[in-house]
Amino acid sequence: MFHLSGYEYFLGFLLIASSVPILSLIASKILRPRTGGPERRTTYECGMEPIGGAWIQFNIRYYMFALVFVVFDVETVFLYPWAVAFSQLGLLAFIEALIFIAILVVALVYAWRKGALEWS
Amino acid sequence: MNSGIDLQGSFIQTLTEFGLPQDVARALWIPLPMVLVVIGAVVGVLVTVWLERKVSAAAQQRIGPEFAGPLGVLQPVADGLKLVFKEDVTPNKSDPWLFTLGPILVVIPVILSYLIVPFGQNLLITDLNVGIFLWIALSSIAPIGLLMSGYSSNNKYSLLGGLRAAAQSISYEIPLALAVLAVVMMSNSLSTIDIVEQQSGYGILGWNIWRQPVGFLIFWIAALAECERLPFDLPEAEEELVAGYQTEYSGMRFALFYVGSYINLVLSALIVAILYLGGWEFPIPLDQLAGWLGVSETTPWLQMLTASLGIIMTILKAYVLVFLAVLLRWTLPRVRIDQLLNLGWKFLLPVALVNLLLTAGLKLVFPVAFGG
Repeated sequence: MFHLSGYEYFLGFLLIASSVPILSLIASKILRPRTGGPERRTTYECGMEPIGGAWIQFNIRYYMFALVFVVFDVETVFLYPWAVAFSQLGLLAFIEALIFIAILVVALVYAWRKGALEWS
Repeated sequence: MNSGIDLQGSFIQTLTEFGLPQDVARALWIPLPMVLVVIGAVVGVLVTVWLERKVSAAAQQRIGPEFAGPLGVLQPVADGLKLVFKEDVTPNKSDPWLFTLGPILVVIPVILSYLIVPFGQNLLITDLNVGIFLWIALSSIAPIGLLMSGYSSNNKYSLLGGLRAAAQSISYEIPLALAVLAVVMMSNSLSTIDIVEQQSGYGILGWNIWRQPVGFLIFWIAALAECERLPFDLPEAEEELVAGYQTEYSGMRFALFYVGSYINLVLSALIVAILYLGGWEFPIPLDQLAGWLGVSETTPWLQMLTASLGIIMTILKAYVLVFLAVLLRWTLPRVRIDQLLNLGWKFLLPVALVNLLLTAGLKLVFPVAFGG
């Protein structure tokens, strides 16, 4: 069964929630002063002339974390229906989830031993 | 269990008595609680900012704001008005579209999360069947906005701050979701109403914090990290990154980040109150108390009383947690980025998994105590 009752409120609230930042930006656009020359619009770098830009290639150290995150985030999403229906499923579902989590824990231990969770 | 008061029903009934068609009355009702909640969220931010400044001042033996209004209560309003009238500087080298879209993307999901926060039996915008899961989904949109603003500023501090913010929130999202999962398992439902009702009946003893003490701690630590509060405020660590992803922001766009972070703090405190501290429940079971005193559950004044006490209790519990967060800010030093990631991945994640399996096991052994 696929039913979407209650989501008309979600859409309505999405409109109202989006109007908050948009209206406040418009209000500030009307009210704020329009002074300030090109000097003000330079990039801040502790008062120095900026050395180079920030849109360059460099090593993002968090990228291994992002990979591990994808694995565990999907795992968590898979576990949600299991948790909601757990009272009707009983012991067998518990053992199945145990196996499922055990496989992922092996993956976590592997990533840990390989140094994917080291920030260096 | 009494059903509480039905505001929607009585509102629509009143309007139809004035001769309006049912559909029009219903359409008039829909935006009403939403606008009320948005106003409430903004007032909540003002109160939190004032509380934070006053408590911080007390922690440092200062007086804090005192001139704007009695005890300086109007100081946050003055701050907000100042930001509206401020010049808005967009750096020449930035990407103007992403630069504006970043703060908007941070604010919208946090406001939208109020959709599932219940203040009473019927006092929420809508009781979605995915409930708390919607909050988890929405909370993962904000890092995209942070990354966007960090990248679009074309400033090294902003970029590093944005990357840190993204890494931090993805690292703490998994322990957070797993801690929620254990609560969901006990209430057999994702709906926030069901989660609170499962804790009702025994007063303070029925609250989830007694059955999920580890989950509560995991959730609270992870929620502080998601809100970028000290000791986890690395994305905007002043000494290293000036102001992180906010460095180039000024005026209203900065105000959006500011409001967004405070709404997020109040929201997290509300969610903790709902998941672990019994939501709108009073510490003493009011229904039973009324039963002993011989008052019927359906008495109108009793229903009014429980409904208004429910709103007060929810907000009170949330603000006790906000107060705790402010005190933590002045108690704990900031952690390093490697300590932060280690805490998330090597401590909270395994503990959250064990907590989940332990809850599942205990639910099999003691089905009555853990929600059947």
